[in-house]
Amino acid sequence: MIKLEIEALPENVAMARVVASSFITKFDPTVEQLTEFKTAVSEAVTNAIIHGYSDKRSGEFVTLTLSAKGREITAKIIDNGVGIEDVEAAKEPLFTTKPEMERSGLGFTVMESFMSKVEINSKKGEGTTITLVKELGEQQ
Amino acid sequence: MNIKINGKILIAAPTGEIDHHAAERFRAQIDSAFEKSSCRHIILDMKDVTFMDSSGIGMIIGRYKKAESGGGKLTLSNMSEAVTKLFNISGLAKIISRAENTQEAIIKLGGNIND
Repeated sequence: MIKLEIEALPENVAMARVVASSFITKFDPTVEQLTEFKTAVSEAVTNAIIHGYSDKRSGEFVTLTLSAKGREITAKIIDNGVGIEDVEAAKEPLFTTKPEMERSGLGFTVMESFMSKVEINSKKGEGTTITLVKELGEQQ
Repeated sequence: MNIKINGKILIAAPTGEIDHHAAERFRAQIDSAFEKSSCRHIILDMKDVTFMDSSGIGMIIGRYKKAESGGGKLTLSNMSEAVTKLFNISGLAKIISRAENTQEAIIKLGGNIND
């Protein structure tokens, strides 16, 4: 298992993608599976930074853990931020609380389209944990 | 990012990854060039985009609105398979026009490819 602590700055999302990509590459994914995994992690880490921590930009951390059970790869993205007020609403395509930042409201839609399983655990005032599972299937 | 002007068309080609952080930078550069110019239309040439997440979709919608507000149009060109997939999930395929390459996009917007 890999555990990475990322300071909640938008420029650090690229680093989270690099680590997630390196981790899944060991399991010989297709190019498409690699891109999907990397994109879903990018969405979740971005959400933690700009929503969980309201884009405050320093002193807060997002935790990314990566683990594998056979060819089932799991990424957990954990923040101790504000939590999601209404999870069902947040999952709706095009729903965003930050339209002024040109957020598309498609983060969860992308995660759900690209991953085998997405779990959201959130408590107001305590934080959010997103669990992303990618089943790679038989090796190509 | 490369920005070129062809008549009334601003052609912007972001390079590298488009995530939330980079999208803010591209947005500022494109809008500033667009406002300084007398362009009506925008082409986003995606040839050199190596990665994009939904932040890129937000950036595209924003530029679409920008062009529309002045009576212009936005066209996307040279989209990779990965970018196309994201574009299709977003539902943007119904409202934003696409071209295989930038020449085709210029023709679609009524520009002259020899300019």
